[in-house]
Amino acid sequence: MSSISVSTTVNGDPVDFVCTPDESLLDALRNRMGLTGAKEGCGTGDCGACSVTLNGRLVCSCLVLAAEAEGAEIATVEGMAGPEGLHPLQRAFIDHAALQCGVCTPGILVAAKALLERNPDPSDEEVRYWLAGNLCRCTGYDKIVRAVQAAAAEMRSA
Amino acid sequence: MRYEKPQTVADAARLLTAEKGITRVLGGGTDVLVQLKAGMVEPDLIVDIKALPGIRAIVAEAGGFRIGAAVSNAQLGEDAAVRAMWPGVVEAAGLIGSTQVQGRATMAGNLCNASPAGDAVPALVAAGAVARVAGPGAARDVPVEAIPAGPGKTTLKRGEFITSILLPARPAKSGDAYLRFIPRTEMDIAVASAAVSLTLNDHGVITAARVALGAVAPTVRLVDDAAAAIIGTKLHDDALAALAAACSAACAPIDDKRGTIEFRTEVAGVLAKRAARIAYTRAGGQA
Repeated sequence: MSSISVSTTVNGDPVDFVCTPDESLLDALRNRMGLTGAKEGCGTGDCGACSVTLNGRLVCSCLVLAAEAEGAEIATVEGMAGPEGLHPLQRAFIDHAALQCGVCTPGILVAAKALLERNPDPSDEEVRYWLAGNLCRCTGYDKIVRAVQAAAAEMRSA
Repeated sequence: MRYEKPQTVADAARLLTAEKGITRVLGGGTDVLVQLKAGMVEPDLIVDIKALPGIRAIVAEAGGFRIGAAVSNAQLGEDAAVRAMWPGVVEAAGLIGSTQVQGRATMAGNLCNASPAGDAVPALVAAGAVARVAGPGAARDVPVEAIPAGPGKTTLKRGEFITSILLPARPAKSGDAYLRFIPRTEMDIAVASAAVSLTLNDHGVITAARVALGAVAPTVRLVDDAAAAIIGTKLHDDALAALAAACSAACAPIDDKRGTIEFRTEVAGVLAKRAARIAYTRAGGQA
């Protein structure tokens, strides 16, 4: 299988990599760029553990070919914390114990960030529907919703 | 496997036609990549259509809207003008999968995946939508109901692919709606579904209607008898009963883990009644 050269932008930094035609963006992020925040849960778009944004759109990186990243802007959980520290969502997840094993957490953080960028003041129901594609088998979701709401409140007052 | 991202429709058609092996067209990839991962298909060539001109655009045309084949359902849902004219279609497309899937999935892909349970398809059929098909010959326009041939099969010929779907203009006092039954609140596959599009006159009498059913036959089904049952009526109870009966009569479903033949046949009629009421109210009728 021939190799494809891809030039893309990940978390604001230009990145060049080589991939196979059938390689997923998730595999390229993890195995070629060393960005292991996005996880493979199901590999079929059901669990959301591999969530990233592609040109501002929340997607499952397991359902994107790495070759499709050519010229695109990708954002992963690794880009969430700034020089001054963790993103408010990351802090809220710690403060509210909104994770246990943590496998789903990077995907949920990326998804929640995408939600709050569109809707800074969501209802609990809107949070639950938005995050319906992010499965968590530990928390029962309640603490996740509370953490997202706490971060949303902090971001609104900032 | 090769990956190609052609810049013109002609190049895409050439690539798809020239390949002797298995080809797949890549739009949002939410079906194609799942099939790849599951080993259901091992394509020799993937043609990514997202660089084709206009393929990601929603354009007003002839009083309706032309939806590019790579327009994601999320992008569609954000378009207030399309939502205002065809709320049933936009809602149906918006039911498919999670937020993440919405960011990639397309109506054209839903149509070409040819699942009888595809949520966007009954709403498109009820809307009288028309797919523009490109290929080795001249582009042709095909009513969406003529695209699916059976589960996972379409009537598209070798080298052909859909470049856009036209949602037609509609008269004043028109409305549409789509409803599905699933055993949970989101992220599931329809057990049965129904879409209704209708137009009223100034007295609230239905003058035109189209009714389509999903997940109750090998393909999404346009049910002329069901439309005939409500045309000329104000959607009173006897008309609704005739609508439901016509829908149930048109069902030829399978028994599987998600629903029995009896359940699907009954529920298709119930959903059609409820969708008709919503469409009627949206058209400005007093139900």
